[in-house]
Amino acid sequence: MEINKTIRYEHELDSDFPSWVSSAPGGEYLWQCIQCGTCSGSCPLSIYMDYTPRRIIAMSRAGFKEDVLKSTTIWLCASCYACTVQCPQEIQLTDLMYLFKQRAIKEGKYPKRFPIPILSKEFFNMVWKRGRTTESFLVAKMFLKTNPLKLFNMTSLGLKLLRYGRMTLGLEAMKNKKELRTILKASKEES
Amino acid sequence: MKAYTYYPGCSIKGTGKGYEESLLAVFNEFEMPLIELEDWNCCGATNFMNIDEITAFTLSARNLVLAKKEERDLSVPCSACFLNLKKAGDYIEKYPEIGQKVKHALHAGGLDYNGSPEIRHPLLIILEDIGEKGIKAKIKKSLRGLKAVPYYGCQIVRPYNEGFDTRYPDFFDEFLSYLGADVVDYPYKTRCCGGSLTGTLEEVGLRLNYLLLDEARKQGGDCIVTLCPLCHFNLECYQDKINKKYHSSLSVPVLYFSQILGIAMGIPASKLGLKRSLVNLKPMLSEA
Repeated sequence: MEINKTIRYEHELDSDFPSWVSSAPGGEYLWQCIQCGTCSGSCPLSIYMDYTPRRIIAMSRAGFKEDVLKSTTIWLCASCYACTVQCPQEIQLTDLMYLFKQRAIKEGKYPKRFPIPILSKEFFNMVWKRGRTTESFLVAKMFLKTNPLKLFNMTSLGLKLLRYGRMTLGLEAMKNKKELRTILKASKEES
Repeated sequence: MKAYTYYPGCSIKGTGKGYEESLLAVFNEFEMPLIELEDWNCCGATNFMNIDEITAFTLSARNLVLAKKEERDLSVPCSACFLNLKKAGDYIEKYPEIGQKVKHALHAGGLDYNGSPEIRHPLLIILEDIGEKGIKAKIKKSLRGLKAVPYYGCQIVRPYNEGFDTRYPDFFDEFLSYLGADVVDYPYKTRCCGGSLTGTLEEVGLRLNYLLLDEARKQGGDCIVTLCPLCHFNLECYQDKINKKYHSSLSVPVLYFSQILGIAMGIPASKLGLKRSLVNLKPMLSEA
């Protein structure tokens, strides 16, 4: 019989990962998790995830860094905070999902052409340059970088929005972009 | 009467235009001016936090600095903006290491952080500052007979919930009852619409919204009423795609709370952005 399961042995785990997670804002109570599964039960997206939120917590504590960062779970989290407000141990799961997403992007550990991190990067760049976002341009940029054919899929909705005056053909921008950029740059320095 | 600083957010200037139009119209009718925050910037939505925590808080905090100077409460109609602005102020206080870095960054641009102004959703402003009596006094056309489904969405009730229930709040239900509507007790009232998933992972996003729409229909709702431009966009604008995918024939009007309030107050449809609806509102309006 073939064993069709990924096995992780201790030497493959990252022993620094759990303490990194528990020292981040929102992760203070990581070790108080009782694995009750309230987070997974309250999550409207857990059925689409490769690991449920409860399992992500268990894996983080055990040092499954690579599996956590490469999971689809962290990208499917839509930040609805249902788990966060219901966790009996006050683990800020939504914050942890953000923490994992930040690290996965920094280390380039997300599936190629996966739209969510790409949208986030495009969003970031647009705000960095203009201080505001224009939804239509953002969506177009994301599709161009992930799946250009999908743009056609959106044309009928786009045209309707245009007709009803809900889409602009120009790009939104704030005035004092220089000030914003100085501030954002400074936020990346160590104070 | 009292004036408020108004932080629109990016969505309301684009796909959510009907929200802004109706919001300004009803606040005007209550003689409570909404004064747009000068040179506001994007709140970062959920995307900035995916990239960098300090940069995300700094982005939101710039708005807090600008708004604080105005010495008025800050009215924020979008749930994502509401949460981000609230959270930035909260984490700057709660985590000194975050506060220090954010303040340092703001200082580089010549801004000093002196705490957050009071951040309030416009529906809660109307409920708290006008109140039941004041709202009822302005109703010209009761919505009796209209089965309205209150959809709260997620980020406005969690985690900064101002003392109401995070799963099954009822302030919005009560508000609709003041307008005379038959309020549907909607079991999915705070179940997430998926936010930007409709655009990124369409299959998942459509399914979430199909469930919300279908349940509203099963409960006999004539319309869904929302508090957030993104919830609104998802529920309203993807109905064609949802119908194709799930072989359904949903045609559910989706209105902003300010639109339905404006209708009840007798404000003309042209001032409420009703013509911008992608779903035909006529059958619903004849119910009201």
